[in-house]
Amino acid sequence: MSDTQTAFISVRGLCNRFGSHSVHENLDLDIYRGEILGVVGGSGTGKSVLMRTLIGLNVPAEGRIEVVSSAAKPPPNPDPAMLACNFGVLFQHGALFSSLTLQENVAVPLIEQAGLKREHAEHLARVKLAMVGLPPEAALNYPAELSGGMIKRGALARALALDPDLLFLDEPTAGLDPIGAADFDRLIVTLRDALDLTVFLVTHDLDTLYTSCDRIAVLAQQRVQVADTLERVAEFDDPWIHDYFHGPRGRAAQTAARRQTTRGH
Amino acid sequence: MTPSGTHVQGQIKTEADRIVLCGDWTLAHYEALRRLVIAEGQLADNRSLDWRELGELDTAGASLLVDLIGNERCRDLSTTAPDLSASRRALLETVAEAQRQDLDARPRTPNMAVEFLEDVGKRAESIWRQQATLAGFVGLTLTTLASVIFRPQRWRITALAVQIKQTGLDAMPIVALLTFLVGAVVAFLGATVLREFGATIYTVDLVAYSFLREFGVLLAAILLAGRTASAFAAQLGSMKANEEIDAIRALGLNPIELLVLPRVIAMIITLPILTFVGMVSGILGGMLVCALTLDITPLQFVRIIERDISVEHFFVGISKAPVFAFVIAVIGCVEGFKVTGSAESVGEHTTSSVVQSIFMVILLNAIAALFFMEMDW
Repeated sequence: MSDTQTAFISVRGLCNRFGSHSVHENLDLDIYRGEILGVVGGSGTGKSVLMRTLIGLNVPAEGRIEVVSSAAKPPPNPDPAMLACNFGVLFQHGALFSSLTLQENVAVPLIEQAGLKREHAEHLARVKLAMVGLPPEAALNYPAELSGGMIKRGALARALALDPDLLFLDEPTAGLDPIGAADFDRLIVTLRDALDLTVFLVTHDLDTLYTSCDRIAVLAQQRVQVADTLERVAEFDDPWIHDYFHGPRGRAAQTAARRQTTRGH
Repeated sequence: MTPSGTHVQGQIKTEADRIVLCGDWTLAHYEALRRLVIAEGQLADNRSLDWRELGELDTAGASLLVDLIGNERCRDLSTTAPDLSASRRALLETVAEAQRQDLDARPRTPNMAVEFLEDVGKRAESIWRQQATLAGFVGLTLTTLASVIFRPQRWRITALAVQIKQTGLDAMPIVALLTFLVGAVVAFLGATVLREFGATIYTVDLVAYSFLREFGVLLAAILLAGRTASAFAAQLGSMKANEEIDAIRALGLNPIELLVLPRVIAMIITLPILTFVGMVSGILGGMLVCALTLDITPLQFVRIIERDISVEHFFVGISKAPVFAFVIAVIGCVEGFKVTGSAESVGEHTTSSVVQSIFMVILLNAIAALFFMEMDW
């Protein structure tokens, strides 16, 4: 990603405070179109708060969030607090509506926002569920009957229901087995390529960072310390970042990613 | 993104040897495009496709295009449609891949009569199961109680005190107010009916009799069934949904001992107290009405009670309280334990706990009334 490219979303001088506790101070961040941006940081550095602020679930104390919107798709949400572009969100625990089946969950935004007939919305919902790799039988199950990985996939299908420009993923691979997590990483890259998505991905999973992220933003000391490609971030002069990428797990993920690339060639 | 910069609904133009796909194929136009695709039917293979005028494309549109040009043909788009951009080809291929399975396959639905019979059967079985579960849970509670009762170091005094406050003390004002009002209404009824016989003085007996034997305990129990059984079911249900109960088990602790016993014992202690409050306040309500409408002074009122009503009636009433308390608490807890995962399930079982416990209270009260009548107590 070159610096000359204009940002799709630019965050400037963002401050988030809860009482006397300050989570973000003067935070700046750019998100470019078509990239997968991984956001990392220690526990409590406000990764999820940043995501919630971008979505509009959390009103910042100060700061601006600007969207260079493609006027092609009008925002589905009239609420001014929400981002002025079409976006989908995958919450950490899926947040699927427990009283609805999987296909109804995906059909909800299609019926409510796009105004489709129920029958058509459910057909399209099944297409989306198949796209995220769920078997057709799963469509009629309730979330309580599904495994963690299937819930994540179902929630991703719901996030993709309205064909968003921007996808927010909050720890998508947390709680998945390594095979499921690797599948999920691949799925996100495939969908990004196919649907021309921009992805904002909060994660703790180093493998995800190595295999799917184009750029990485590190949150620490209430702001984004560095946001760049993985190689440059890993070389950044900061003890926490150094420990993060060069600790035992970081090295393992790095070796795994390298092995995969060489095999791919 | 759009070559022309304008946004028009997608169209299918049929020309002599080729088919031109133009305009936007997006979710916004889904219903109209769907009709278009259905009207067109699946395209024959012999004509080439022209993609150059295609505007916006998203998954919804791609899904329709796949229906239109057929799944097979989408696979070799790279050779047949060189003018299609790579990302669009990828999108069409992804959607085609997803639609290859039979997505509309639905499980066979039986006819209405069969469904009705099935429903009746299921319900009957679930009632039976519910009673079996309840009986099992009662047994479990009693055995746990028996194992704990002689070991004071395992008594959960703090939990018990909290539960007594929540179920008893906090419910006291509403129980007192409600029974007071019902007492007044009973006295009014008595005064009206008995006036015709010139026996209005027996209004006192009516109020005292009904409150000591039935209304005091029944009103308090129904109130707690609504107030406390639901609270128990919701508390334990949320804990179950959050796997807290599994966590308690995994720590080698007994959830019955930790969660159920304090609640059950608190109810057994508080319901008799609330029943007593209910009796007193119902009689006070009657006393007020007697004093205001029948000129029976409170002193006279108390004298009549002392003369006519023996203390057995009080014992009959209060003896039912611990039984009702046990039933209400156990139903509340068992419904909480039955919760599975979802938020909907918590609501379902909370409702069920209230309905069941009120039903059981009224049923047991009727049986008790019969029993006491036969025994001449």
